[in-house]
Amino acid sequence: MDILYKILIEPFVFMGEAPDLLIQTLWEGLVSGVLYALIALGFVLIFKASGVFNFAQGIMVVFAALTLVGLYEKGVPAFLALILAAVTMLVLAVLVERIVLRPLVNQPDIILFMATFGLTYFLIGFGELIFGGNPKEMITDALFLPQGTTELDMLGGRVRLQHLDIAAAVIASIMIGLLAVFFSKTRIGRALRAVADSHKAALSVGISLNQIWVIVWFAAGIVALVAGIMWGARSGVSFSLQIIALKALPVLILGGFTSIPGAIIGGLIIGVGEKIGEFYWGPLVGGGVETWLAYVIALIFLLYRPQGLFGEKIIERI
Amino acid sequence: MSFRKFGLGLAVATLLAGTALPALAQDSVYVPLFTYRTGPFAGSGTPIADGMHDYLRMLNERDGGIGGVKLVLEECETGYDTKKGVECYESVKGKNPVIVNPWSTGITLPLIPRASVDKIPILSMAYGLSASARGDIFPWVFNPPATYWDGMSMIVKYIGEKEGGLEKLKGKKIGFLHLDAAFGKEPIPLLQEMAKDIGFEVALYPVAAQDMQNQSSQWLSVRRDRPDYMIMWGWGSMNGAAVKEAVRSGYPMDKFYSIWWPGEDDARAGGAGAKGFKMLNWHAVGANFPAIQDIQKHVVDKGLSKAPKDKVGELLYNRGIYNSLLIAEGIATAQKITGKKVVTGEDVRRGMENIKLDPARLKALGLEGFTDQLVLSCSDHNGHRAAFMQEWDGTKWVKISNPIEPMTDRVRGQLEAAAKDYAEKNAGWPKRTEACDKAS
Repeated sequence: MDILYKILIEPFVFMGEAPDLLIQTLWEGLVSGVLYALIALGFVLIFKASGVFNFAQGIMVVFAALTLVGLYEKGVPAFLALILAAVTMLVLAVLVERIVLRPLVNQPDIILFMATFGLTYFLIGFGELIFGGNPKEMITDALFLPQGTTELDMLGGRVRLQHLDIAAAVIASIMIGLLAVFFSKTRIGRALRAVADSHKAALSVGISLNQIWVIVWFAAGIVALVAGIMWGARSGVSFSLQIIALKALPVLILGGFTSIPGAIIGGLIIGVGEKIGEFYWGPLVGGGVETWLAYVIALIFLLYRPQGLFGEKIIERI
Repeated sequence: MSFRKFGLGLAVATLLAGTALPALAQDSVYVPLFTYRTGPFAGSGTPIADGMHDYLRMLNERDGGIGGVKLVLEECETGYDTKKGVECYESVKGKNPVIVNPWSTGITLPLIPRASVDKIPILSMAYGLSASARGDIFPWVFNPPATYWDGMSMIVKYIGEKEGGLEKLKGKKIGFLHLDAAFGKEPIPLLQEMAKDIGFEVALYPVAAQDMQNQSSQWLSVRRDRPDYMIMWGWGSMNGAAVKEAVRSGYPMDKFYSIWWPGEDDARAGGAGAKGFKMLNWHAVGANFPAIQDIQKHVVDKGLSKAPKDKVGELLYNRGIYNSLLIAEGIATAQKITGKKVVTGEDVRRGMENIKLDPARLKALGLEGFTDQLVLSCSDHNGHRAAFMQEWDGTKWVKISNPIEPMTDRVRGQLEAAAKDYAEKNAGWPKRTEACDKAS
């Protein structure tokens, strides 16, 4: 009975007793969720356009952030370094299309997936060669990223909101909104959706697959750059950031591999779910539930809705 | 294929193989350095690797090696990955290394049973299995100058003194933020035992390797539990991220202590708010020592080092130097005991047991005042030396305490029980047959 009380009652009693901590936990979860969503968005863009699960998205986050910091450390002004980092992601997109995707067109999806595996390890090695393995501090002041904390007295306690976290949430939301408009309202966006539906049909109406692939890989690169700046500003830029990107996997399972709103909602559910789980139920098992809880949530969704919350339900005639 | 082409190919292959491997001449000893300059732990691994390499390279450049024998240095990249570390060991053991330093508790543990079989001593400097300090049970393993248990007892002792005595810790809560790996879990039994004896409470905050840079949950829990003190056992990017999160969450930094692994970059990550963060250390920071000046002159200035000039003398760089100082002393002492110039792993094991780094010896080595003296023996492979507390002042580490002796009375019983337990659990653990030298 004691264990049932600890699982079913005590956490909720504690939520009621310390509502400020509940708000704080929800806020931390939302911020993490927005950042997970940003990483997941990179996966979704590429998956929508090419049906490829881009395993390299995580290292693209690190690579983009390291390029920015590396250029800044070499004396390049912050905003010029930002533009050059974006250009680097464009070059990467062109190279990936030319060297990896084009020769593998019409190959099974698993081959393309394995190619992104190869790309991951190439980027790790290349990144370490160019930038070294040491963690670096993200540029914050020069990019006008706010620092400091606002403390709000509420619900009989205190909630601390980091200005950087607020900025991350705002920037990520703007980014997501812009991408949504771009892909739903522009000609390129419509072309992308056509490619996502059928490569052959898209080709037959004159859409260039190669061009679309470069555009989506570049868009995923920009998303990676923004995610890298935000995560990097929170906890430093190092190669261990790429492991965080694997958190996007349960987000994708939850939200669906092809849905931009799904990536956002999935990110928020995972972010909030894991923080609440770790904070209120973690102590029952000695902590550390955050590491696997996201995957359990995703697994439960997978059992009942394999296509995810917003994924397309595909019915194939046999 | 003609014989001529085959012969030519063979010659080229032999030439390439010859250039890829370090030359193992008759008058040299082979010293592999297990390092990690890549991966999530590279932030800690790189400066240590630089310090280790540069000190030994300096001996080669300045003195022609040790006792007239060149050191053949070869790095093996482990990425702080136990599997890769064991692969490194397997790849170097055929080349007759005189000592192996795994630089990971996870890698050290599987190598311990192999050491006595392969006759290769293992140096796990202030890390690894605390119980391996017992030379009578682990004749091939050395973990000077202090074990993790010594370190934990020193931190608790220091905190106790701040409170006005150990007994004043009764009713207090101490949070333990640790990497969820063999290294991070190593001192937990001692901490829990001390908590039981003294009467303080322990709250554990494990950090999985994949969440090293995503610690907001742990620090939310810290805010919930309100521990009076926090102790950290972190490595790699975990340390810098923890300092940042502590500052973000408003934890009082003067109550945040760490074992001896954070470097300057980790403390800098917290910005101005990191002021007051404390850690244990047992050697100097800075380059103002003749031996380190020689490293600058003979290695760094000649472009033979991978370390940026401004990193020479930083904390983890000097930690690497200390590690290589022990290797070099083990070899030099082995040469002295055996009368041989080219020593073997078995000789260096004896050399390690006879290390006597007293102030006179440190002065002779150009490291006067660099560290406290260290004497190892046949039975004591650790030394259980005191460490001191240092504090981050916003730009640099400042020594803030006298030497803190470990609480030997509390550690010894645990250590002996753990060593005995290890030998019993590993069926057929060999009884020590290696003779002790008179001096040790």
